[in-house]
Amino acid sequence: MSFMNWIDERFPATKVWNEHLAQYYAPKNFNFWYFFGSLAMLVLVLQIVTGVWLAMMYKPSAEDAFASIEYIMRDVDYGWLLRYLHSTGASAFFLVVYLHMFRGLIYGSHRRPRELLWIIGVIIYVAMMATAFMGYLLPWGQMSYWGAQVIVNLFAAFPFGIGEPLSIWIRGDYVISDATLNRFFALHFLLPFVLAALVFIHIVALHKVGSNNPDGIEIKQNKDENGIPRDGIPFHPYYSVKDVVGIGVFLIFFSAIVFFAPDFYGLFLEAPNFEPANPLKTPEHIAPVWYFTPYYAMLRAIPPMLNSQFPGVVVMFAAIIVFFFLPWLDRSPVKSIRYKGPIFKVAVAIFVVSFVVLAWLGMQASTPGRTIAAQIFTALYFAFFLLMPFYSKMDKTKPVPERVTK
Amino acid sequence: MKKLIAVITLALMPLTGMASGGGGAPLEMANIDLNNHAAIQRGAKLFVNYCMGCHSAKYVRYKLFTKVGLTEDDIKDNLIFTDSKVGDLMKIAMPEAEASSWFGAPAPDLTLTARIRHGGADWIYTYLKGFYADPSRPMGVNNTLFPNVGMPHVLWEMQGVQEPVYKYEVHHDGHVVASFDTEAAADAYVKEQGGEGFRMERVVASLDLVQPGSMTPAEYDQVARDLATFLTYIAEPMKLERQRMGVWVILFLVVFTVLAYLMKKEWWKDVH
Repeated sequence: MSFMNWIDERFPATKVWNEHLAQYYAPKNFNFWYFFGSLAMLVLVLQIVTGVWLAMMYKPSAEDAFASIEYIMRDVDYGWLLRYLHSTGASAFFLVVYLHMFRGLIYGSHRRPRELLWIIGVIIYVAMMATAFMGYLLPWGQMSYWGAQVIVNLFAAFPFGIGEPLSIWIRGDYVISDATLNRFFALHFLLPFVLAALVFIHIVALHKVGSNNPDGIEIKQNKDENGIPRDGIPFHPYYSVKDVVGIGVFLIFFSAIVFFAPDFYGLFLEAPNFEPANPLKTPEHIAPVWYFTPYYAMLRAIPPMLNSQFPGVVVMFAAIIVFFFLPWLDRSPVKSIRYKGPIFKVAVAIFVVSFVVLAWLGMQASTPGRTIAAQIFTALYFAFFLLMPFYSKMDKTKPVPERVTK
Repeated sequence: MKKLIAVITLALMPLTGMASGGGGAPLEMANIDLNNHAAIQRGAKLFVNYCMGCHSAKYVRYKLFTKVGLTEDDIKDNLIFTDSKVGDLMKIAMPEAEASSWFGAPAPDLTLTARIRHGGADWIYTYLKGFYADPSRPMGVNNTLFPNVGMPHVLWEMQGVQEPVYKYEVHHDGHVVASFDTEAAADAYVKEQGGEGFRMERVVASLDLVQPGSMTPAEYDQVARDLATFLTYIAEPMKLERQRMGVWVILFLVVFTVLAYLMKKEWWKDVH
């Protein structure tokens, strides 16, 4: 291994390999929920690779954008495959990230000492939403155009005279136009690399504090004579080979959508988006893509006050920002749902139902009945977070074992 | 927990009920087959002859039809009537502004109609069969699926002339409460009920072929089906190719995943 020695004297290759893979000790009891972190990284790489190739053929101008996508779909060899991988990848990214966040939520992965790890993760989520939002304008279809119009108009609702100039500054115009498309393309190309950097920081933070596990036990508190956690196993090869299985299963489902239902019944590619953007023709029903619809439902649920949509905008952004505070809202003496009491379990169930129902409501045209439903579930969504300091404290807990369980 | 889920599900029932309500006229099944190259070829010929006067398919190259069994010479002789080349896009000469003044709206490009319209091929099939005489409209025709459409019935010589048979629906609280064959009967019903909150609407119940065209109804159905097949094909020409490829990709992934699982099991033997 003299070659490796030569490298190691100049670059800590072996040291990094050992610290982060071969001698990074992860708890041995990871379950199903622990696949989604590595899957999120896989999808990020997939999005960057397919995205760079699409960018080679895509034209970011109001005149040519729609036609250039059809050109990719029809005339570029396997262009349709690149495009469907990318469009399906966007939805898959949110799905695995939502499941990854849910894992953190139920096993207390946001609790001390992992508060910063969680916060970096929420920043990644916000950056993803910005990336996806800008990317959705690029096909320049009807839904791209009007969806962007609705969302950018939210910024116009800011009071004190800053709303209107702010929204014009974002668009670079008074309406969504060629100028907006150009800058959204530039940012959509840039942000994934920011995301990659944030993921790197996320992992650095993870490897400093160590992985949590379904029991919420700190494995570093129980080490053997060599200083190795008794409940830990080296990430490589144990979790590298295990994650490959997860990747295989994920890719089977992913390919089933890419090859057999790429528009996924109008959820991943919406039908109106096959019609080119027309600033003079508002679609009957504007709905964002499914991963934004819970927040969209909240936005619509809040009635305008003093002739301003601003309260709805505040509620929508608050619904995202509240995730940052989660580490300090949870006052339970235990981390994992396995040792928490019935109140927390019911609260999590209410939260999940609220999120799913709001997602569904956000896709539908509003009616008075649905608006009331959206208001109720918005209230439940916030109650889950804001009442957590109280119910997590009074909830009955079970004793946490010394060592991890199966 | 289970009770809670049941309560929430019950609370949402009326919402899902509302979601399934509404929507336009029911669609007739076109039963198209994208493997039927002859149907796509016939559809292409109908399209360039009857539709392309006003509608483009500007994201499609003529050359595409070499994939459904035509030679470049076939395409030149049968599908191209302008100085376009085989590798050109299927554009048209009609400027949008003129189309707007003639028909009230520019004739849309039809490349992606099968993906835009809910129901795809069935929508196109139903639409092409849904024209009926309506003297109140500028073009003398209306459509059951697309009320007050600006388009004339360009295929009428084949299909003939259809006239509507109306029925009269009485609405109350957003629901149809009764339906009558004549306006007088519906009026009488509304009067009998007191009139408050009732609304009557005339709808097309069925279409009667009053003047036969050059084709039998079955032949015309085939024309509509061929056009629906053609438009579905050009909306996503690679559809069958991606499905064929998908089978192999998934077969590979299943084998790969099984091997990966066996490898994982082997490595994890010593973890207790």
